Amino acid sequence: MSRSLLSIEELGVDGVQRVLELADTMAEVNRRPNPKVPALRGRTVCNVFFEDSTRTRLSFETAAKRLSADTMTFAVSQSSLNKGESFRDSIETIAAMGVDAFVIRHASAGAPWLVEDWTTASVVNAGDGWHAHPTQALLDVYTVRVALNRTAGFDGLRVAVVGDIKHSRVARSTTTAFKALGADVIWVAPTTLLPPVVGETATDRLDDVIGDGVDVLYMLRMQNERMTEALVPNLREYTARFGLTPKRAACLAPSTIVMHPGPVNRGVEIAIDLGELPGSVVKQQVTNGISVRMAVLYDLLSANPNSTSDIEINDDVAAAPKEHP
Amino acid sequence: MSTILICGGMVVDQTGARTADVLVADGVIVESHDGNPDVTIEATGLTVTPGFVDLHTHLREPGKEEAETIETGSRAAALGGYTAVVAMPNTDPTQDCVSVVDFVRRQGKLAGLCDVHPSASITVGRAGHQLTPFAELAEVGVRLFTDDGNGVQNPLLMRRAFEYSKGLGITMAQHCEVEQLTDGAVMHEGDCCSHLGLPGWPAVAEELMVHRDIELVRLTGAPAHFLHLSTAKSVELVRRAKSDGLPVTSEATPHHISLTDELLRSYAAIYKVNPPLRTMDDVVAVREGLSDGTIDAIATDHAPHVAATKEQPLDLAPPGMLGLETALGVCLAHLDMSVSDVVAALSWKPALIAGLGGLHGRPIVPGEPANLTVFDAEEEWEVAPAQLASKSRNTPFVGVPLRGRVKHTVLGGVVTVENGVATR
Repeated sequence: MSRSLLSIEELGVDGVQRVLELADTMAEVNRRPNPKVPALRGRTVCNVFFEDSTRTRLSFETAAKRLSADTMTFAVSQSSLNKGESFRDSIETIAAMGVDAFVIRHASAGAPWLVEDWTTASVVNAGDGWHAHPTQALLDVYTVRVALNRTAGFDGLRVAVVGDIKHSRVARSTTTAFKALGADVIWVAPTTLLPPVVGETATDRLDDVIGDGVDVLYMLRMQNERMTEALVPNLREYTARFGLTPKRAACLAPSTIVMHPGPVNRGVEIAIDLGELPGSVVKQQVTNGISVRMAVLYDLLSANPNSTSDIEINDDVAAAPKEHP
Repeated sequence: MSTILICGGMVVDQTGARTADVLVADGVIVESHDGNPDVTIEATGLTVTPGFVDLHTHLREPGKEEAETIETGSRAAALGGYTAVVAMPNTDPTQDCVSVVDFVRRQGKLAGLCDVHPSASITVGRAGHQLTPFAELAEVGVRLFTDDGNGVQNPLLMRRAFEYSKGLGITMAQHCEVEQLTDGAVMHEGDCCSHLGLPGWPAVAEELMVHRDIELVRLTGAPAHFLHLSTAKSVELVRRAKSDGLPVTSEATPHHISLTDELLRSYAAIYKVNPPLRTMDDVVAVREGLSDGTIDAIATDHAPHVAATKEQPLDLAPPGMLGLETALGVCLAHLDMSVSDVVAALSWKPALIAGLGGLHGRPIVPGEPANLTVFDAEEEWEVAPAQLASKSRNTPFVGVPLRGRVKHTVLGGVVTVENGVATR
């Protein structure tokens, strides 16, 4: 166990399994009438967001609060950071206030690794540039694990990740996590939206992938600025080739799980009402995000020897409701 | 001026290698001299060569004196065995007119640690629009012109630059990068950047401009020098241009013959440089280019940056690495070439490209100016950033085994480095 969660690679297969099992415990907490336990009482978690992401920030904040941690938020746009205090100064200043965990979102790939070098606190990568978003990946595999009731692993599971993979930290991390659990992953995108060197199986034919049968269809968000960069001609053509249209939805097996990291670009990558799609687990992803992030914070803070107080052990999580009637 | 006796060393120059004493008086190598020498340098087991000449040094003054000054950069150069450096023009203000060029030269003379030869930009303010006064600058001794840091993007403007430069005895030196292909790029485009989620700098962005300028040289007949070649294909393009008899020369940096893009996996901005560190295949090709003479010179692209600017995420940190004090050690450790061939690429070949062939990189024979370097070709060492003379600390070679260390440097008959310590 390490003090930080920076990428799925560094977490490793055992770490992924450990977090998923812990997430089951946290999900149980979240189903209670009073979903709050004292596990991280006295701990301080600071959300440091150098890039806007209301959803991820709220998810981490909620997770920390349900574990009774104190939370702080430091949100600053890249531009104002550039004007004055350096990135390192900002981090060291916050660290000096006594922070047990940093949750970092940064537009630059690698930024959380720098933060880990500069502090003794735990660091959670909440998304760095195009590089990694490990808690998203963990909530993705957790959601599939629950939906399919597959606690032993994903051997033989066919996963297709569709869309702008090149610029997607979600695609990179979730692919690694699915593969770590034994799934087969295929990337579906035009060459312009794939990384320069593709280490995965890749195709630009979504219909063939659906026709061959797929268990999980993971749709990525398509951003408007990709048009101006000449990566695709226009959104209409993108949707026609890579969108989940009513026609394609009709070809899906009823058991196919449809996922999306959110927020959905309605009418672009998903051109149907997700409510009508039996396999959609997009809302479950959001709900499970809380449990998974609780699991991550708990896992890290109980492992970090630099943390200042003793953590109440796992049993107390279960015992907690007695203290909070 | 004192007399210096360098005794017992292996003298290596373009005429060959021999064990010999070298006697210096009044700034010149002499056959004999009456009386005892003022300074005796014991050089048994050491190599004595013409002083090194760096075609590519960023001294940062004027404009970024917090990163380097002409004095601190000159001291770093002397410690690296250099007796002359070509100062790159991307200063603030830009070295694009006689007054700034004169200032740089004057600061170099004041420091007195190595000959500082300013280059000048090709376009005013390096903005890529208007040519600088080539003839006026040539008149005050500028020989290399470059917008280094950027390539000249406009092919018409570059054609004009080549045409207008003809007959002035000057050389256009290109930083080859088609910027539309490298917008936002942080590192080499390949396996590593794909994995790390960083915008890539494709090899083709360099190769297209190398190719363009080779064809413009063919068209205009003007000479060109290619700065810091980094890709296998670039080396091959220059090799073919040379076999076609075109007047082209090129250089490679110590870091492009020793380090690869794999180092960026650490996300440490100390490894960010432009052009970026590439693959091992490219490294091997650049080494071969140096071996077969396709690449004429080793040039450091010494680029100091204050620590805080490198303590940033890769995409925000500026590109550039220190090079002057480690160049010899990197080259002898990483090149499968004789000491003589390595010194050729560090000394007399770049001296000719810089237009300094009359003063630097001269044979070590009586009557020649005493610009000399004495080094231990076998000493293995590691660089300690805190001990560098440069004002900045951004060396990428920490932990890299180096072989070959400069012991003494003599500039115009004055000892600038003695036993590895700068004398001023």
